[in-house]
Amino acid sequence: MAQSSKNKKDGKLKSLFTDLTIRRGVFSIVIFLVLWEVGFRFHDWFGIMVPFIGKIDAPSLVVARWSEVVFKPGYWESWYLSFGRVFFGFMVAQLVGIPFGLLMAVNKYFRGMFFPPFEILRPIPPLAWVPASIIFWPTTELSIMFVTFLGAFYTIVINVLGGARSIDIQYLRAAQSMGATQWDLFRKIILPGTLPSIFIGAAVGMGITWEVVLAAEMISGGGQQSGGGLGFFIWSSYMGGVMDQVIVGMISIGLAGYISSSLIRYVGYLSMPWKRMF
Amino acid sequence: MSNQSVSGRPPSGLHYFLYKSGKALKTPMPYLAFIGIGIWLLSYFLLNEYWRVSPFYKVPGPVEVVTEWLNKDPIWGTSLFTQDYYINIWVSCRRILIAFAIATGLGVPLGLFMGWSKKFKDYTFPILETLRPIPILAWVPLAIVMFAGFETPIIYLATLASFFVTALNTMLGVESIDESYFRAAGCLGSKKHHVFFNVVVPGALPFIFTGLQISIGVAWFSLVAAEMISGDFGLGYMIMDSFMVNKYTTMVMAMLTLGFVGWITSAMVRAAGNRMMQWRERALGQGGV
Amino acid sequence: MSATAAAVTGNGASGKGAISIRNVTKIYDPGGADVLALDDCSLEIASGEVCMIVGPSGCGKTTLLNAIAGFHSITEGQIDLDGEMLCGPGKELATQGADRVVVFQNGALFPWKTLAENVAYGPIVQGVMNKAEARDKAEAMLAEAGLGGVADKYPGEVSSGMARRAEIVRALINDPKVLLLDEPYRAMDALTKSIMHESLLEVYDRTKVTIFFITHDLEEAIFLGDRVVVMTTRPARTKKIVDVKIDRPRDYRLLSSEEFRVLVQETKEAVHEEAVKAFEAGERELA
Repeated sequence: MAQSSKNKKDGKLKSLFTDLTIRRGVFSIVIFLVLWEVGFRFHDWFGIMVPFIGKIDAPSLVVARWSEVVFKPGYWESWYLSFGRVFFGFMVAQLVGIPFGLLMAVNKYFRGMFFPPFEILRPIPPLAWVPASIIFWPTTELSIMFVTFLGAFYTIVINVLGGARSIDIQYLRAAQSMGATQWDLFRKIILPGTLPSIFIGAAVGMGITWEVVLAAEMISGGGQQSGGGLGFFIWSSYMGGVMDQVIVGMISIGLAGYISSSLIRYVGYLSMPWKRMF
Repeated sequence: MSNQSVSGRPPSGLHYFLYKSGKALKTPMPYLAFIGIGIWLLSYFLLNEYWRVSPFYKVPGPVEVVTEWLNKDPIWGTSLFTQDYYINIWVSCRRILIAFAIATGLGVPLGLFMGWSKKFKDYTFPILETLRPIPILAWVPLAIVMFAGFETPIIYLATLASFFVTALNTMLGVESIDESYFRAAGCLGSKKHHVFFNVVVPGALPFIFTGLQISIGVAWFSLVAAEMISGDFGLGYMIMDSFMVNKYTTMVMAMLTLGFVGWITSAMVRAAGNRMMQWRERALGQGGV
Repeated sequence: MSATAAAVTGNGASGKGAISIRNVTKIYDPGGADVLALDDCSLEIASGEVCMIVGPSGCGKTTLLNAIAGFHSITEGQIDLDGEMLCGPGKELATQGADRVVVFQNGALFPWKTLAENVAYGPIVQGVMNKAEARDKAEAMLAEAGLGGVADKYPGEVSSGMARRAEIVRALINDPKVLLLDEPYRAMDALTKSIMHESLLEVYDRTKVTIFFITHDLEEAIFLGDRVVVMTTRPARTKKIVDVKIDRPRDYRLLSSEEFRVLVQETKEAVHEEAVKAFEAGERELA
């Protein structure tokens, strides 16, 4: 089938341009941007204010502001600070959450004892902990970290639990019949079997972490301390009335969140070779 | 305890509940739960109130909070017996109700169409996926600019968060439906709208309800954040406000109430789901899938 | 190579449900994965005939069924039903319809409808009956099939044997020209299977509907069928056709008879050769 393999190579690049899905996607985003732009300019052109959209600074303004801001070190510092908080809180949540979840999954007595208090505390939104956290921890930074940790912690534990418990018992039995010890079972079956759920939990937890860091930066660092970070960037832009900068901030955070989730997915892809065939 | 009713039908309702409870009580699980919660409460009490360990003592302990909560004439002004407690709860619940209703009313149909029609998905999914990574709270300034007053921006934020989750999960739900069901419907002579109401909607229901449970949690999350930043009533506001004036006991009370209310709403969604998906409940009851 | 079978008179006199498959080729994902599933396949199925298709797993038998049902298009060739073109040049994808109803391998009863609601579905959506009439007919037909007591249960609540029988009733209530079965009893144990066979034969004897039945179980094929078509390993062509000239009605005693054993042996030799080739090729089975 030499003919087909040649077609394959041409096909891939060409398809990027002719692929219907991509074309439609680009089309809809362009329309979206155009409508947004027009909605904002409407007031200038026709004197009527378009409800809701009319007040949001147009894409053209946003792009202009962004090209300005990109050269300011303060902007990149915000990135660095936020990323740092997210990364730290997230890591701690994984380090504590994964073992906790796994322990609950493998030992039913541990689960029986510790799952109920966990479930009782879980419905309290992490942000509701911010004031308590500020009271409790000596520094603002630590209190933000704690709340960040909480957000990701709940998610990762639930996912690990679900993942570990859904491992087909046949795998465990097969291993046992081949002479595996408890530790072998854990290392060779339960751990890899739970990996997909760990990464899903991580990806979702990452999203929550960003929300929390953002909120914490806006609530506690907003204005008084040199809290910094992208949340602070947005809030101070708002306070200063520079709306297009606010939007720059919003998109920046969206981008940052997307990058971190992609990173996690990539790490997941690397560590689970058996999933790659599909 | 016998679970066979005379007619030979499987047990249901109260009979079933009692049977299951009876069985559960014979396992160590409920007692472990009791112990677990007990340990937590005990350490909470000991660290915060009894031994007054730093920095724990700064946060009111369980005894303090419960006493205040049950106090007819509370020291800090809010308890089970004061009106403002219930006003705050009601305001938050009302907001959640509106936000959840709008988000579900918009998100489910959108998700259904995105899952069903590739063409529709191609046009709508990119925009959704571009907006979704933006954390809900980043929208706060924009929401304040777009909408007048306090109430609308807060509801907007909760709705937005809930909407994304619902739409995405619904779409995944439709996409998870086995191709065979579509084919079966096709070869039985269905028209498009038949397929939609008889295959797409019921087939996606499990995912939709999982999504709804997540989405109500997310709605609460966003609501509390929004209330804390810019509210004038509600449980989130109550937490922030009592914090600002050092009424820490009230603050903890608000936190726990929030947890409880959040849990109830989640349970209600779950129960509604189970009602609507009778076929699953009965299949699971038989030990099948 | 391709073998065009002489048209065999089926046992039915209804005169509908004759399928003509001529030089059908199917290539999946041309220019991409480029899988040749069917290669110049031809077959004539008479009205009222029970035509069994056997072959190694993944050879493309299901592709043929999918083409007739309208789930996949064909690349070349033509398929006719009672003289009218289902799919062919200019119309590569047949329209799905209640004249060719499918019974699926893993069962496709709608889990969210009761058995009765499932069966009543076809007539209702086609506008042939209103809700009440369809319900009544569905319940009657289910009772006839021995499923009267479970008509109001959900598929998840009944055994797979009952569910599969209900699925067949769901197909038959539409009075189809052809019944397409894609290894419907594959996942069942031998005991349930034999009950399914008897039930299907009983249904056939009553309705004389044309049956296109894919299986990998040779005994099942010979027990049920008028003709057994052996397909080659991928890409699929008709390799050999075995005529099963045994009178109807048939019952399980046939299974130990001499003529049955001879037919099984004859078919087995042809299939075994293909099965070995398929195994050595080691390819993943087509969906």
